Amino acid sequence: MAHQIIATSRSRTGIPTGRLAVWWVIGSEILIFGGLIGSYLLNRFNHGPSWSVEAANTNTFIGACNTFWLLTSSLFVVFAHAASEKRDAKKTRMWIWLTIMLGGFFMGFKTYEYTTEIQHGFTLFTSNFWSFYYVATGLHGFHVVCGMVIMGIIAENDIKHGRNWHRVENIGLYWHFVDIIWIFLFPLMYIAK
Amino acid sequence: MAGHKHPSYLKIYFILLALFVVSVAGPEIAEKLGLEGLSRTVLVLSTAFGIAIWKAYLVCAYFMHLKVEKIYAPYILLACLSLLLVFFFGTATDAMFSNGHNWVKSYSEEAAKEEAQSRSHGGHDDHGDGHSDGDHDGEDHHDEGDHDGDDHNKEEDKDSHEAH
Repeated sequence: MAHQIIATSRSRTGIPTGRLAVWWVIGSEILIFGGLIGSYLLNRFNHGPSWSVEAANTNTFIGACNTFWLLTSSLFVVFAHAASEKRDAKKTRMWIWLTIMLGGFFMGFKTYEYTTEIQHGFTLFTSNFWSFYYVATGLHGFHVVCGMVIMGIIAENDIKHGRNWHRVENIGLYWHFVDIIWIFLFPLMYIAK
Repeated sequence: MAGHKHPSYLKIYFILLALFVVSVAGPEIAEKLGLEGLSRTVLVLSTAFGIAIWKAYLVCAYFMHLKVEKIYAPYILLACLSLLLVFFFGTATDAMFSNGHNWVKSYSEEAAKEEAQSRSHGGHDDHGDGHSDGDHDGEDHHDEGDHDGDDHNKEEDKDSHEAH
């Protein structure tokens, strides 16, 4: 079956359909992660001393490395977008796969961190702080994995065959949002001690 | 978003990296200088969280191209952000108070802090190995760490009841 042409523009807003959908996804994600971060802040205000002691056990070095991977991957995904605008499939795929690689670094470091925390007795049920820590970073990690899978599909299913170039920008927007969430989680979980 | 001139992505990236370094260094400096009270709060909040907001702005404006996107996209994001603030302040006014008619406080911050300290074995370290080697196993902590349990500070509960 030939590749089906899909409607990609919406005249009312002037924003292509796919991109508009991604903005809506990001809007709803603001409420999901914002709710989590808001609850964290309320608990931190109410239980400052005990949460501060708990937060002292998170690994700032790993958190900082993960911030570096995500910031750099954000740069790579805008390079992929710039290459896709020039319809350069080779470079677009290269930047996408480099972004996926950094996402892999992030998840690798996160896995090591979780393993260490759990080995030292800090589990999801240890205290309210650790519950927030695992839920917030776990949900964020899930988003990272989803982004990596979608990027892999776009690189191999679309860009390799020279089609659906707009999807590179769409997944880029999602990936930047995942980066922004980490920008807020990092000081909350790893710096404010 | 074809048809517009891209900003220098590398320049934005290096600004983000510099801000990241400052956000980590600020609280470290507060720790090294032994700052306490308002000066510490101001330094930590401005470097860790103020810079996080600045970084998020840079990513939104330049990497996500919100500066040149059609106005509907920022409207969607701002509407969701406003809704979030309504939820936050709607619940914060209640959550920040722990007194009132028929209120029973079964939580002691002091007890929770002591429990957290015993858990971390005093091995606080900001640089990655804050865990001491005298290990605990995960199972033990399921019970230890339940801060919401009723067994904390029974006396305080009693006082609270008496007050009413």
